[in-house]
Amino acid sequence: MDDTDRRIMHATQSGLPLTTEPYQTLAEQLGLTVDEVMARLKAMQANGCIRRIGAVPNHYRLGYLFNGMTVWNVPDERVDELGQQVGQLSFVSHCYHRPRHLPDWPYNLFAMVHAKSQTDVDHQIQQIATRLGDANRGHEVLFSTQILKKTGFRSRFD
Amino acid sequence: MDELDRQLINALQNGLPVCQSPFKTIATALMLSEEDVLARLRRLLDSGILTRFGPLYNAEQLGGALTLAAVKAPTERFDNVVAIINAFPEVAHNYARDHALNIWFVLATETPEQLPIILDAIAEQTGLRVYNMPKIKEYFVNLKLEA
Repeated sequence: MDDTDRRIMHATQSGLPLTTEPYQTLAEQLGLTVDEVMARLKAMQANGCIRRIGAVPNHYRLGYLFNGMTVWNVPDERVDELGQQVGQLSFVSHCYHRPRHLPDWPYNLFAMVHAKSQTDVDHQIQQIATRLGDANRGHEVLFSTQILKKTGFRSRFD
Repeated sequence: MDELDRQLINALQNGLPVCQSPFKTIATALMLSEEDVLARLRRLLDSGILTRFGPLYNAEQLGGALTLAAVKAPTERFDNVVAIINAFPEVAHNYARDHALNIWFVLATETPEQLPIILDAIAEQTGLRVYNMPKIKEYFVNLKLEA
């Protein structure tokens, strides 16, 4: 990533211009050609610096009122195998192995679930528990009660 | 929010193409003009149904670092602790959760070296223990939710 890529990032990290030709608008703002802006955005998508160019919804406003961070205590030697399985469930949006903080935080497998009703989310949690079977040595579900901030990755050096 | 809004949100979660007129394909599919698509997009952003529209940068791929961290904020200090944490531009997301660990936030920094510095600063300014839970392994990430 060079200085021009960084300038593009800084100009777009709070959003893309809402015009019919947003890359043209961006190019004009930055004093670049539209071809260069588009080539650089494509390259940053190809190398993974940009995950995608798109919309991020507020879960709640789409009716997903039950957003649970399910956390599980599973044996470390099985966490990779089980994480792969849980990550494949259609309603799981993120699945990670994270460190425990013993004694008050024994959980090492995290799976985010999203549902529109309590019944649906209970069913989702039950499906994960079933998938983990005997490996589940305890779990909790932490529901989000409020979005306190959601800005995405931002550079400090604007 | 009507049916066209839902279709627009679903289409835009999949991604906007990089081309001269990137809204053209979506507009045609929804039988709207590009101006109509933009007007709807603007309304969805203004009303908070969409929180962002644009490139989603991957901090780790940019040489930066990410972590998930949590604190146990006493109820009477909750708003104050949130204000301290949110004031850090490195805090990308922050959620209240119904647990003793009641504030959970994602930190994204431009370099891995900055992470412990910010975590220490948050601990110092809030006076709370910060539980740092960086991912050891990622099994799955799919950020899309059907509207």
